[in-house]
Amino acid sequence: MEKNEHPAFRAEGLTKLYGSGESRVYALRGVDLEVPRGEMVVLLGPSGSGKSTLLNILGGLDSPTEGRVYFDSWELTAFDDEHLTRFRREYVGFVFQFYNLIPSLTARENVALVTEIAEEPMTPERALELVGLGKRMDHFPAQLSGGEQQRVAIARAIAKQPRVLFCDEPTGALDSKTGIVVLEAIARVNHELGTTAMVITHNAAIAAMADRVLHMADGQIQQTELNSHPCDPHELSW
Amino acid sequence: MLIELLKPLDRKLLRDLWAIKGQALAIAVVIGCGVGMYIMSKGMLISLAETRAAYYERYRFADVWAPVKRAPNALLEQITELPDVRRAETRIRAGVILDVEGAAAPITGEIQSLPKIARPHINDIVLRRGRYPDPIHEEEVLALDAFAEAHGLEPGNHLYGILNGTKKKLTITGIVQSPEYVYAISPGEIVPDKKRFGVLWMNREALANAFDLDGAFNEAVILTSAGSSEEALLERLDQLLKRYGATGAYGRSQQISDQFLTNEIKQLETIGRLLPPIFLLVATFLLNVVVGRLIDTEREQIGLLKAFGYRDRAVALHYLKMIGAITLIGIVIGIILGLWLGQGLARMYQDYFKFPFLLFRAPADVYLLSIGFSLIVAAVGTSSSVVKVMRLEPAVAMVPPPPPDYSRSARWLEMLAPWIDQPSRMILRHLYRWPKRAAMTCIGIAMSMGLLIGSSFSMDAMLYMVDISFNVIDRQDVTVNFVEPRNLRAVQDVLHAPGVLAAEPFRAVPVVLRNGQRTRREAIIGLVPGADLGRLVDTDLQPVPLPRHGIVLSDKLAELLAIRAGEPLRVEIRTGRRPELDVTVAGIVKTFMGTQAYMDLRSLNRLLKEDIAISGTYLLVDPDLTDALYTELKGTPVVAGVSLQEQAQNAFYETLQESLGTFVFFNTLFAGLIAVGVVYNSARISLSERGRELASLRVLGLTRGEVSYILLGELALLTLAALPLGALLGYLLAWTLVQSFDTELFRIPLVVSSSTYGYAALVVVLAAVASGLLVRRRIDRLDLIAVLKTRE
Ligand SMILES: Nc1ncnc2c1ncn2[C@@H]1O[C@H](COP(=O)(O)OP(=O)(O)OP(=O)(O)O)[C@@H](O)[C@H]1O
Ligand SMILES: [Mg+2]
Repeated sequence: MEKNEHPAFRAEGLTKLYGSGESRVYALRGVDLEVPRGEMVVLLGPSGSGKSTLLNILGGLDSPTEGRVYFDSWELTAFDDEHLTRFRREYVGFVFQFYNLIPSLTARENVALVTEIAEEPMTPERALELVGLGKRMDHFPAQLSGGEQQRVAIARAIAKQPRVLFCDEPTGALDSKTGIVVLEAIARVNHELGTTAMVITHNAAIAAMADRVLHMADGQIQQTELNSHPCDPHELSW
Repeated sequence: MLIELLKPLDRKLLRDLWAIKGQALAIAVVIGCGVGMYIMSKGMLISLAETRAAYYERYRFADVWAPVKRAPNALLEQITELPDVRRAETRIRAGVILDVEGAAAPITGEIQSLPKIARPHINDIVLRRGRYPDPIHEEEVLALDAFAEAHGLEPGNHLYGILNGTKKKLTITGIVQSPEYVYAISPGEIVPDKKRFGVLWMNREALANAFDLDGAFNEAVILTSAGSSEEALLERLDQLLKRYGATGAYGRSQQISDQFLTNEIKQLETIGRLLPPIFLLVATFLLNVVVGRLIDTEREQIGLLKAFGYRDRAVALHYLKMIGAITLIGIVIGIILGLWLGQGLARMYQDYFKFPFLLFRAPADVYLLSIGFSLIVAAVGTSSSVVKVMRLEPAVAMVPPPPPDYSRSARWLEMLAPWIDQPSRMILRHLYRWPKRAAMTCIGIAMSMGLLIGSSFSMDAMLYMVDISFNVIDRQDVTVNFVEPRNLRAVQDVLHAPGVLAAEPFRAVPVVLRNGQRTRREAIIGLVPGADLGRLVDTDLQPVPLPRHGIVLSDKLAELLAIRAGEPLRVEIRTGRRPELDVTVAGIVKTFMGTQAYMDLRSLNRLLKEDIAISGTYLLVDPDLTDALYTELKGTPVVAGVSLQEQAQNAFYETLQESLGTFVFFNTLFAGLIAVGVVYNSARISLSERGRELASLRVLGLTRGEVSYILLGELALLTLAALPLGALLGYLLAWTLVQSFDTELFRIPLVVSSSTYGYAALVVVLAAVASGLLVRRRIDRLDLIAVLKTRE
């Protein structure tokens, strides 16, 4: 993909409906969205407001009941499973609340798992250094703390030099100090590599580091806030 | 809904069972195979033994047969007065050559006398259709049903018989069955050939006329009193009858039909003892693995239940119910399978063994025993898991287990690591982390392969046995038996018959062989030196020359007599002047069927103090001229019987296909089920344990194929590792079977062809692939999002 004027993401009229009949639940009810390249976006909202659903659809893990999603010039909603897999493989990095590392692989190998199949990856060592784990590369997940595990997960997500980084409550299971270390890693990737990052959180304090804050409620984006002076993660506290 | 009436724990039970229905079914089927196999073999064994006993009892099957050349009818009184004789009867039994319209080759047969008025008291016959011959009609006969059916003969049809050299037209008035011919086989053959062996019953007077036996008999049949010594009676009979040309009395153990029946019962016994335990062992293993891992994945739930106040016992009971339900389904499958297979087998036997009735019926204790075994299997397989459930502290269970620690990996494995990709590393480390699990899966797969080899090898072995017997040892195309021993010149006459390329004379002499306490009634075969048709082979199956002096024994006969080469053997000739003397065992030769003793024809005749005389000849014939030869033989009065090698071989192959083929087919099915059961279960459990890991990989952008590789690659590796082990287990099973099938009638060689190994490996691999594909479908449908919401 060449440099062009397309935003990183654009969504039109996204609806997600779960179940049928009496037990129908609208997880999303008509979401329109545009995320410019290279921005750091924070998604805030009460539990059940549809944050994860939106993120999963944008990341190609799930498909909307109605509406379209564009990534760059491509319409993701027209992709089949194979193309979605290719899309995730080449352009997307995910970080989740529960790390989801492979216990039988070391930190380095967990990263290598992704770099082996990516087109222009950085080395696993460089990715781990970016998140400050240069010294613990040959440890297995069972030998790492939660924060360290989450940083490995970030290294794994960024090692392929993705266009976008999706993080669903990356600090949810961590204390504030460790959480900030993790957020710093995300911010660094966003600044140094120009990766568009989208972070879900319940923690309004984190919004201060974002270029753009989306407030979700009841399956809709209620409000979009632009922040011209995002602060550094280490200035945050909660 | 019914489910709402249940207690919550029982609802959980049903839902859990439903969730693992595939695995539960796989286990149940394996249990079912074991139970079914047991019910089938044990039930058939009992049915067969009981049927035989009832048949023998009702139709008064003889205990002893005492053939003579010719003895006056008045001798019956003396026979009856011998101690241990409950009842005796005399009769005429002779060899005939039969000619049925439409059958080119001559048919070897036997003809027996019917008492003038009543039916035979001993060895009574079962009239299936038609009527008994009319005493005033000499040409009327009864025919054995298997033979009649094979030729489409019905009461009212005709056939020709050469009785003592005279061709007679005979009329069938009835079709019968006889306890003497449950397994209707011509002496010297290995499988029954209904078409090529016929038995007829004729009025005694007519038969006596035909064989110049007026007022005389040539066989006494005897019922003994309970608890008598058969060996002593046989001795007394031989003493009494020796003046009348007795060739040696014998008991049921040497009556050919009964011998084969006994053999079959023994084989069923072996199968029933050997195979069901294998299935149950596999089932134990499967239950152990599946329930063990299920309980591991339900740790938290168990802790929660206990924390809510459910007692240890109540929670354990919950899992016991689940195990019980699976076992119960297995038992039901087994009983249905056993009955179905048993009835099928009974039908096959009914065709093979001619019983007037044969019902498959397993007594209650067979069912109870198989149910008991299954429950034991279930208990043994799951006890450790259930104990674990009891012991689990709620507080411990509520804390999620720490992530599995892979840091203690093997050094050799880590040395390998730089050369292999991450997914392969995952496979190897996973195997190394749970070696017991890997070993169990491997052994389970190997067992199924072993079972396959163990059951299909018999086909190889039988074919090999027949090939050696007919193409290396006895290479003649046709064997001609004369009515009486004849001068050596008879060979010349036979050589002039159409199509005969070579003729080799032989002499068969009835003898009793003794070594210490061991006695065998056999026939010594005299062969010409340098014989090229009837040959001898050593244990390496290399042809060996017949020694000029001494006697050569087949390996089984030597074993039965407990004698070795070089030792003297007491030989009592039971014909002519009946000399008795010691003969050195000059060698031991290998045979696969029956028991044989050989001597040089000239030394044999010298022993008999007779000029050279022969009992028959082996012929090599031109295949294009067989019809002409057959016509000639059918018209030759001196010929008492003809056996045709090719027909015998064909009959053998047919029987093999029918009986063994069915057996192998079912075992293939069973073994395939075991393989599927083991592989599918392992894969499913791995999937449930590692679903989260695999879903994470999919999220990271690994394709379905790449993710499947991690799970299925592990199974492929285990399956591959299981192949050599399976080959070894199969060979061991084959070895065990060979040992237990070693009887006087057959010795099955331990021959496992590479195609059998290949076949077994193929079935196992296919079964593994099939279960792999089943699991692959689930991998494809992994819910990526659900997995991310939850904690490990
Ligand atoms: N698989 C599903 N089936 C039915 N309903 C679902 C499913 N997944 C999500 N929902 C519903 O969709 C709505 C949005 O869920 P989503 O996970 O997006 O919320 P969220 O904003 O991420 O909440 P949280 O902050 O608790 O993670 C919720 O009401 C949820 O109940
Ligand atoms: Mg969420």
